Amino acid sequence: MNVAYHAGFIAGSFILLAAISVPLTRFRNGSSVLYALAAVVSGLAMLSSMAALSRGVSLQAVLPFGLPGTGMRLELDALSAVFSIIVNLAAILASIYAVGYGRFDPAPRRVLPFYCLFLLGMNLVLIADDAFTFLLSWEFMSLSSWALVVSRHEEKENRDAGFLYLVMASFGTLALLFGFGILAGESGSYAFDLIRERQLTPFAASIAFLLVLIGTGSKAGLVPLHVWLPPAHAAAPSHVSALMSGVMTKVAVYGFIRVAFDLLGSPAWWWGTLVLVLGGVTALLGALFALMQDDLKKLLAYSSVENIGIVFVGLGLALAFEANGMNAAAAIAATAAIFHAFNHSLFKSLLFFGAGAVQHATGTRDLGQLGALIQKMPATAVAFLIGSVAISSLPPLNGFVSEWLTLQAILLSPELKDWGLKFAIPATGALLALSAALAGAVFVKAFGVGFLGRARSHAAIEAHETDRFSLAAMGAAAMLCVLAGIVPGLFVDGFAPAVALMTGAPMPDQSRLPWFTLVPMDVNRGSYNGLLLLLFILFTAYGAVIVIHQFVSNAIRRAPPWDCGYPDSRPQTQYTASSFAQPIRRVYGTLLLRARDFVTMPPPGHVRAATFRVEMRDLIWEKLYLPVSGSVLYAAEKLHPLQFQTIRRYLSLVFGLLVFLLTVLAIWL
Amino acid sequence: MRGIVFDIAHLLAGSLVLVSLIQLYQDRLTSLLRVFAIHAIVLALSVGWQAYIQGAPHLFATALLALGFKGIAIPLVLHRIVLRLGIHREIETVGGIGITMLAAVALIALSMVVIFKVTPGASTLAREDLAFALAVILIGLLMMVTRRNAVSQVVGFMSLENGLILAAAGAKGMPLVVEISVAFSILIAFIVIGIFLFRIRERFDSVDVSTLDRFRGGRQ
Repeated sequence: MNVAYHAGFIAGSFILLAAISVPLTRFRNGSSVLYALAAVVSGLAMLSSMAALSRGVSLQAVLPFGLPGTGMRLELDALSAVFSIIVNLAAILASIYAVGYGRFDPAPRRVLPFYCLFLLGMNLVLIADDAFTFLLSWEFMSLSSWALVVSRHEEKENRDAGFLYLVMASFGTLALLFGFGILAGESGSYAFDLIRERQLTPFAASIAFLLVLIGTGSKAGLVPLHVWLPPAHAAAPSHVSALMSGVMTKVAVYGFIRVAFDLLGSPAWWWGTLVLVLGGVTALLGALFALMQDDLKKLLAYSSVENIGIVFVGLGLALAFEANGMNAAAAIAATAAIFHAFNHSLFKSLLFFGAGAVQHATGTRDLGQLGALIQKMPATAVAFLIGSVAISSLPPLNGFVSEWLTLQAILLSPELKDWGLKFAIPATGALLALSAALAGAVFVKAFGVGFLGRARSHAAIEAHETDRFSLAAMGAAAMLCVLAGIVPGLFVDGFAPAVALMTGAPMPDQSRLPWFTLVPMDVNRGSYNGLLLLLFILFTAYGAVIVIHQFVSNAIRRAPPWDCGYPDSRPQTQYTASSFAQPIRRVYGTLLLRARDFVTMPPPGHVRAATFRVEMRDLIWEKLYLPVSGSVLYAAEKLHPLQFQTIRRYLSLVFGLLVFLLTVLAIWL
Repeated sequence: MRGIVFDIAHLLAGSLVLVSLIQLYQDRLTSLLRVFAIHAIVLALSVGWQAYIQGAPHLFATALLALGFKGIAIPLVLHRIVLRLGIHREIETVGGIGITMLAAVALIALSMVVIFKVTPGASTLAREDLAFALAVILIGLLMMVTRRNAVSQVVGFMSLENGLILAAAGAKGMPLVVEISVAFSILIAFIVIGIFLFRIRERFDSVDVSTLDRFRGGRQ
């Protein structure tokens, strides 16, 4: 099948859906019908990508519009196909979720058209085969997701988030524009085939690499370009948050891979180190910020920052190994990165679905208002728990496998010759381990405070289970998480063509191994078997339950004076979201977040309540963003008078500029 | 024969610059309009000569358009407007006439230097033509910048257009369509500006554009 049919089908269907979405919202179930159709289109797009991937051919097409001389070039190779599967799988889940969830949307016509266009934009980025089409689709994706972020524009918070997103997206695209400009060179060869053939000087290649890292990093949420991500992802409706957090960041990862691994040829020695360190810092800060959040969706968004950090650590490792000629190790790292991107798209979608269900059931995302939801929303709670376990990278779920693979690749670093890398990689490994532990704490907090304990508000007591479509989507995502955890070999083999395209050689074939074992290099170095681990966990857990019930539960218990620490049944006696994070805030927050606790006690004899206040400062925002925005404002203030001139002054300005330029021409030529 | 052809073209184009300077010197609207008519007639002659030496009949059409519209129709109408508005008095210039003339001379020098440096490969005739044309354009702009009165700004704009036509005639092979569209755009600009003039006059009892400034929001 020709890729033009693939693109034409996706574009035609989504544009048609966007067009009929507004009249459809007049009907009672119109939005559900539309989301169902979107799920079908995404499903067909995924099947088409899977077919292309399984046949192992790269499909190309040149359409007669687009940039003159270049045309609109499309290509569906293994890398595009893998990411297309990631995108469309999550899109199916989000659309099914929205069949139920979308019915509660107060203004569906502000969401539906842009939802379809957003899916279209992401699909087009993946199959673009020239810089112009790539940037056009990229901008299309940014703008349509911006419209989704501000779909609830009544709240100032959302408008601010939208503005920040727009600024950062434009900045990122600007960097990409210059990056592709350097890649294409003065001859203007924008087709990716021509870019691959060009031999850039090392300096030009490095500049292009940095620009593309900035452009795609700002979309993916690399620190310090992540500031727009948490507010924007929290502001959008939940199924869109799931797509933005779970999938759009992956499209950015795809953009980085496409340029850094495919177009730029062999990497310079320091590229890997830079990406590696940035990824490690991103993972740590993302996890730390996530732990400090009380807003469930912001917590999830910061956790996306952390996971993007892990993906970029994998990519950095792959670049570093490739630069040192260790292709087998590079393949492991690249597989880990793609696998983690895939996993993150699953469990982050699942968690955002859960957050959306909670928000709909209780009307709030503030963890301080939740609690005991496991009794009111048992199915959502189970799905959210599975997602939490997966994202905390605990075996036997999928998050563990990809993080384990990343660490396996890190363990290969002693074989490197480069001394800088020999130090940088273990240090990044330590950052990664720390962030994994912090991520565990984040989701103990999210699940523990949100779903366990006692309800903290009336809304949480009144909560009800969400609709069956949402539950179906969450259940499907949870099952996929389990599946990818226990039979990782199938997925690793599936990603192999894309990895081969990135690093020259894929990981060894896993399907020949019995019992779905995963062996990255050779058995002596390490192997993982999710299935056996799952069985082991099931048996030991079941055994423990039997033992406890046989020998402990029946033993006589007396009513205790301390009542397991809960003598007082008021919900205020529980851990709050903020108090749960307090020990870690003390340890890391004092330095990195400038966190300070203020306790004011009433003077003796007064009956006023004591107050407790936490103050945290975002140093990246203060040291990097405020000076920039301040200088822009200053320049705007200074240039403002130019806007209010007489006609003659304007003419004089034009005249003066013309004469000046002519004089420059006269002197220089 | 080659020599005399070049000399006449040179003479006519140079005269256009000279008339531009004369135009810049005028401080009364009626005389300014008369000089503008001469400007257009010299342009028509120059374009006509170009048509003759290049053997391009469509340039005769351009010359006729320039003569008809800019040499006769527009100055006549503007003259009537000026008389009806009763503003055939002194023109308020910004800065002294002497300084403006010096600036114009500097602009002519600048355009000579620029064009001679930029077009080393072109024929001498085209280079001379382009240099004079650029000078006329710059002087037209200078006139728009240094006059307060709306009518003299219109005249400045028109002489700027004359410079453009001179440049277009010098460059061989410009299609007639382009020239006609230029002519019509000038006509439309003239109509718009004419209406604009009456509207200003109706509102403010003056055609001094600075009276408009009071009605703009924000700072001055």
